[in-house]
Amino acid sequence: MATKDAPVTNPMIDPLTGEYRVIAPGHTFKSVTDKVSRIVLTTHTPLGWFFGFALAGGFVCMLLVAVTWLFLKGVGIWAITIPVAWGFAIINFVWWIGIGHAGTLISAILLLFKQGWRNSINRFAEAMTIFAVMCAGMFPLLHLGRPWLAYWLFPYPNSMNYWPQFRSPLMWDCFAVSTYATISVVFWYLGMIPDLATLRDRAQSKFAQFMYGMLSMGWRGSVRHWVRYETASILLAGLATPLVLSVHSVISLDFAVAFMPGWHDTIFPPFFVAGAIYSGFAMVLTLAIPIRKFYHLEDLITIRHIDNCGKVMLATGWIVGYGYAAEVFMSWYSASHWEYFMMWNRMFGPMAWSFWMLITCNIIIPQLMWLRKFRVHMGLMFIMSLVVNTGMWLERFVIVVTSLTRDFLPSSWGTYRATRWDYMTFAGTLGFFTFMFFLFIRFLPMIPMSELRLMLPGAKVREKAEPHSTGTPVPEAGD
Amino acid sequence: MPLPEGLYCLMAEFDTPTDLVRAAQAARKAGYRRMDCYTPYPVEEAAEAIGFHRDEVSMVCLVGGLLGLVAMFGLETWIAVWAFPLNIAGRPYFSWPAFCIPAYEWTILYAGLSAAFGMLALNGLPKLYHPVFNAPNFRNGATSDKFFLCLEATDPKFEVAESRSFLEAQSPLSVVEVEY
Repeated sequence: MATKDAPVTNPMIDPLTGEYRVIAPGHTFKSVTDKVSRIVLTTHTPLGWFFGFALAGGFVCMLLVAVTWLFLKGVGIWAITIPVAWGFAIINFVWWIGIGHAGTLISAILLLFKQGWRNSINRFAEAMTIFAVMCAGMFPLLHLGRPWLAYWLFPYPNSMNYWPQFRSPLMWDCFAVSTYATISVVFWYLGMIPDLATLRDRAQSKFAQFMYGMLSMGWRGSVRHWVRYETASILLAGLATPLVLSVHSVISLDFAVAFMPGWHDTIFPPFFVAGAIYSGFAMVLTLAIPIRKFYHLEDLITIRHIDNCGKVMLATGWIVGYGYAAEVFMSWYSASHWEYFMMWNRMFGPMAWSFWMLITCNIIIPQLMWLRKFRVHMGLMFIMSLVVNTGMWLERFVIVVTSLTRDFLPSSWGTYRATRWDYMTFAGTLGFFTFMFFLFIRFLPMIPMSELRLMLPGAKVREKAEPHSTGTPVPEAGD
Repeated sequence: MPLPEGLYCLMAEFDTPTDLVRAAQAARKAGYRRMDCYTPYPVEEAAEAIGFHRDEVSMVCLVGGLLGLVAMFGLETWIAVWAFPLNIAGRPYFSWPAFCIPAYEWTILYAGLSAAFGMLALNGLPKLYHPVFNAPNFRNGATSDKFFLCLEATDPKFEVAESRSFLEAQSPLSVVEVEY
């Protein structure tokens, strides 16, 4: 997008392209390394970190209380009952998994497209993926009622002479999500090895040297290692891309395979994937904007990143909007009485507030991001990210609740009102996510130093360098 | 096995990747083969300069992926047809379209794990001790902002004085001897 109207005196704007720079000018290998590793290796943890960590820890305690009570009393403490047998558990599961997807998108798909700007945000976007998948994974397990039997999902020889049933989308989910979690962790850890080696070499305390030394596995930066490492990274990116698209598609099949009006839609797989990326980018902004401010990383996570995330949100938001339009159109075009009623009920029934709030949060308000001035304003973009996350949560709420409360027969209609335990569990996972994130930014390098170095002006090998005038001539082969 | 002793390599430190690549090219031209470069980020030109072109990670990944595909599809078929046949809404026992999805996931899982662990294994990692860490300036720069060329003592062409003067001709920041 042309940005010619920007004042050229701003040092953050590249005069050649008129775009915001990805990294502020004047950085060297050393300054980048210092800046990122100091956050982790400092002996003076900022007071704000303790404050945020304690707050998040409080929410984790609340989660533990909610889960303990759930284990004691059973899933009846949640508002799930017939007809809404899934409720918050599936809403939160889908929402959290969706948030995770942007991390993989940034780390894998943008790597394949050679989008260099992703380098400074990919590490914490991947961390976001992992913690979001952890939060997501809790819900189906807790919802089992007997979570200690969750391992029955896996095919293993057992004394019950029983095997899982592979025609069920819930079984597909189990494999999709467990693969997604595993590959995300491996990709994240692999990407971190060179940076852990940097921390090992810069750490002052014996304990830190030992810990980072073990974690970096003796990485020494040999170019032979780098070549294999790069191949493995590209391969993992190439594998994670179809994986991430398949995971939310498989999750959408949990709905789409069922006969329920409002669920039985062929648009669901791509629609869910677009929604996932939409909410995920919103969460990246929710995290990136406060972090860059708090840790003074404005040089490394620049306005360019926020601007680009805004553009991606705008694009995916329109795909999601297309999905809503397709749902409405199909409920009319299908000429199915139940589909038609479902859509009418969604728009004007007792839960209509949730539908219109969703349209407002996901479609109407985000159009402000067309304005460049809006996209480069940190505070407004932060608020926008919260709005979109709320909207995407409401989307899952609308899909689950309005469909289940009004199915084919009026005799099986019902209503849904979440209990305090539902809210406590949800808020608890938000706290758990934040809690993990605080640990991550304190103890691991949140910006990939080795990848940032690649983007600095001195990183390229200059082909036509002048030969050195000093020293003896280079001996010829066969000397 | 007795622990190796004596000189491991001569290590030259450079300030820029361009200097490193030029020195590595010169060393290869001069007939050195057992050498390595250490850089804080991937420098493909340096790998080419020391004659390292292809790696086997892709092959390991492919084999792993195919293994995952066969393993999961085979498991599903065996379970659904022989071990635990269930009539689910009248579907055939061999419901291959449904089996494709977990098989697809396991293809990716196995391929990804093979690529990651294959890369580590081919690199000989984890390896917590390596003689290059004995160089006094190595840990200060190799993982942050300096570039190293290492001529190993096992190279037939290696001779301490001669190799040192060769490296010093490449205008490095320093040349140090690294012991085991």
